[in-house]
Amino acid sequence: MKISTLSQLYEAKANNESIYKLRETGDAVEAKPEILVGMATCGIAAGAKKTIAALEKALKENGLTDVKVNSVGCIGSCYCEPTIQVNIPGQAPVYYGYVDEMAAGEIVKSHLVNGVVFDSKLLKIGFEKADKEKRDGKRQQRIALRNCGSVDPQNIMDYIAYRGYEALGKVLEEKDPEAVLEVIKKSGLRGRGGGGYPTGYKWHATAIQPGKEKYIICNADEGDPGAFMDRSILEGDPHSVLEAMAIGGYATGANKGFIYIRAEYPLAIERLKTAMAQAEELGLLGKNIFGSGFDFDIELRLGAGAFVCGEETALIHSAEGVRGEPTKKPPFPSVAGYKGKPTTVNNVETYANVPPIILNGADWFAGIGTEKSKGTKVFALVGKVNKVGLVEVPMGTTLREIIYDIGGGITGDKNFRAVQTGGPSGGVITVENLDTPIDYDSLKEIGSMMGSGGMIVMDESDCMVNIAKFYLGFTQEESCGKCTPCRIGTKRMYEILDKITKGEGEPEDLVKLDSLGQNIKLSALCGLGQTAPNPVLSTMKYFKEEYERHVFDHKCDTGSCKGMRVYRILEDKCIGCRACVKVCPVNCISMVQKPAHRIDQTLCTKCGACFAACKYDAIVIE
Amino acid sequence: MERSKLAKVKLPKEKLVELDAFIDSLEDKEGLLIHILHKAQEIFGYLSLEVQLYISKRLDIPAAKVFGVVSFYSYFTQEPRGKHTISMCMGTACFVKGSEQILETFCNELGVKSGETSKDGLFTIKDVRCIGACGLAPVAMIDDKVYGHLTVESVKEILDEYRKEEQNENQHSESVI
Repeated sequence: MKISTLSQLYEAKANNESIYKLRETGDAVEAKPEILVGMATCGIAAGAKKTIAALEKALKENGLTDVKVNSVGCIGSCYCEPTIQVNIPGQAPVYYGYVDEMAAGEIVKSHLVNGVVFDSKLLKIGFEKADKEKRDGKRQQRIALRNCGSVDPQNIMDYIAYRGYEALGKVLEEKDPEAVLEVIKKSGLRGRGGGGYPTGYKWHATAIQPGKEKYIICNADEGDPGAFMDRSILEGDPHSVLEAMAIGGYATGANKGFIYIRAEYPLAIERLKTAMAQAEELGLLGKNIFGSGFDFDIELRLGAGAFVCGEETALIHSAEGVRGEPTKKPPFPSVAGYKGKPTTVNNVETYANVPPIILNGADWFAGIGTEKSKGTKVFALVGKVNKVGLVEVPMGTTLREIIYDIGGGITGDKNFRAVQTGGPSGGVITVENLDTPIDYDSLKEIGSMMGSGGMIVMDESDCMVNIAKFYLGFTQEESCGKCTPCRIGTKRMYEILDKITKGEGEPEDLVKLDSLGQNIKLSALCGLGQTAPNPVLSTMKYFKEEYERHVFDHKCDTGSCKGMRVYRILEDKCIGCRACVKVCPVNCISMVQKPAHRIDQTLCTKCGACFAACKYDAIVIE
Repeated sequence: MERSKLAKVKLPKEKLVELDAFIDSLEDKEGLLIHILHKAQEIFGYLSLEVQLYISKRLDIPAAKVFGVVSFYSYFTQEPRGKHTISMCMGTACFVKGSEQILETFCNELGVKSGETSKDGLFTIKDVRCIGACGLAPVAMIDDKVYGHLTVESVKEILDEYRKEEQNENQHSESVI
């Protein structure tokens, strides 16, 4: 079958309407019940495959052979994987979390056989997309993640039932490229990969270049540690990216697209390959799409583990098959990119926003968010927060809303310390800015940046000096080595931080760190180097006392800096069980006064084995 | 290794045939160098100097260029790996949840440092940057399988599972003989 006109697409959509109705409106009375299982990387790691097997077994045992079990992407509730959704015609979808094999059997028995919702694993009942779980309230709004967890990423008909490829069809049948550029410009969409450059203007810059050979690239080299929204979109809704790239290709005059994806994402690669093959088979990619005369092909290019390849010039070099080192801009890729030809590079999440903008109009999108940052942003809410997961909120939402209302607050009884946004290029946000509405500009003002959307929550047990060292260690290792400020400057900064966290810091180290940081920012060649000092400078600004405590008193109050730890045994708590003695690798624990033990501080390597082994809380870190 | 010695090292023929077939199926060969190296690593397990030299000859590009690419990207390895590769995630989310201690436990259990292979040849352990399963932090990947919410205890259990499996395989193959 081929789809070569918009009306054929509508026909295909109508034929699959029951898929959409069953999941989204409930009036698909003629449809059969189904169970959707979240099968993204994290779902699978949490045991979703076993859940599926258990569901199928239970369905068979109960004679429910017409209930289908379908795999979908991630609904974003990583904290309670595996998650499933039970859809019965005429009823609202029911979401369950923590569904292990045992729970799977119980749910089938209770919900599908007896018609009673299985309460103990219930997350939420209802249709509202932005309200998929009890935790969400009304604060989430899903645009980029709209189909994740709803459509089967391996079945193009699911996507078509959700108005998939309609935006591409409309663009090709009804709009000229300039009109598409206008819509994207007017929508106010900005790059979601970090920089926040207006997408419409980026496309425009490529479109006005002369020549026929142009390229469009999807940057799926999600390297920011702590961010996984791009993986989630590619695993849960790959067609939306393919469709948007074709729209971008049409608007900029490119007939060839590349998806540059990390080799570390095998599942996303597999699903993209399937999606591309299905789209080609229906004629939605390839020659003469929708009979418009527009040809568009997409190829995959695998990364090979280099953070710097997220930088667009480095990415282009890597896609060309050489070392992924950045080059000076200008010339910008829109003038001379892949093979020296005009090239547009956009991030996965940016693309995922494009089809809804075309379908719903620029004004709709521009009506969401803040004055200068439109639409929504997906954040990977991770670290010391109760409900770890992916959240998508309108720009302008505050951190407090994200962490406390959506994320359910800080784990344990600990206090909030800081949030790191923007990954190794960003900085920390502290308690005083918890109520700042988040957008590209407000984050810059408070010394951080949007970045790709990693949001790492830290509590009072996290040492800010150690965190800064962690990030610098990352950029240091990932520095491609081309320019001196980044290659050597970050190395020296790392050495100073290492010295400080070992308890050997000197007062002038703080001055050196600051001056090195400022200089690297001004002189490095690409974004990686220019932003590398940010985590250090930002933590130095907001947690000055903590740095001073490390440097002047040689103390780390959180106990994170191993070199400064002192393990001590509380003699009144120690019962003399010898558990610590057995695990000590350097034999520095001995019995001094029955029954209590003591640690010989001159021999202790501060490995922490005794601390972990003690069951009586008799060992403390000072 | 010296060039003269290199020439003498023979690569297994059937593997070379597989690599050749792959290279022949590509149009833009030079532009797809990284692609080819991925395939070669999949076939040979690692990218030895001989494999790199072979690819450079096949594509008619300098061996230095191939080596430059191989050494630039952390995904490529020039050393043979153990039967299983443990990739310990050192992303930020895992870091704040104690991945350092987990990595240390793996290393202590295996008696090696990160990046090395255990003496029995069963495991190679390396620290990697974010594998994107932050919701399960701290996580590690053993080959393609993701293990989440790791603790000092679960690390030992997981390693024991693999060791047991290996033992069973060995016993099985012995009994077959």
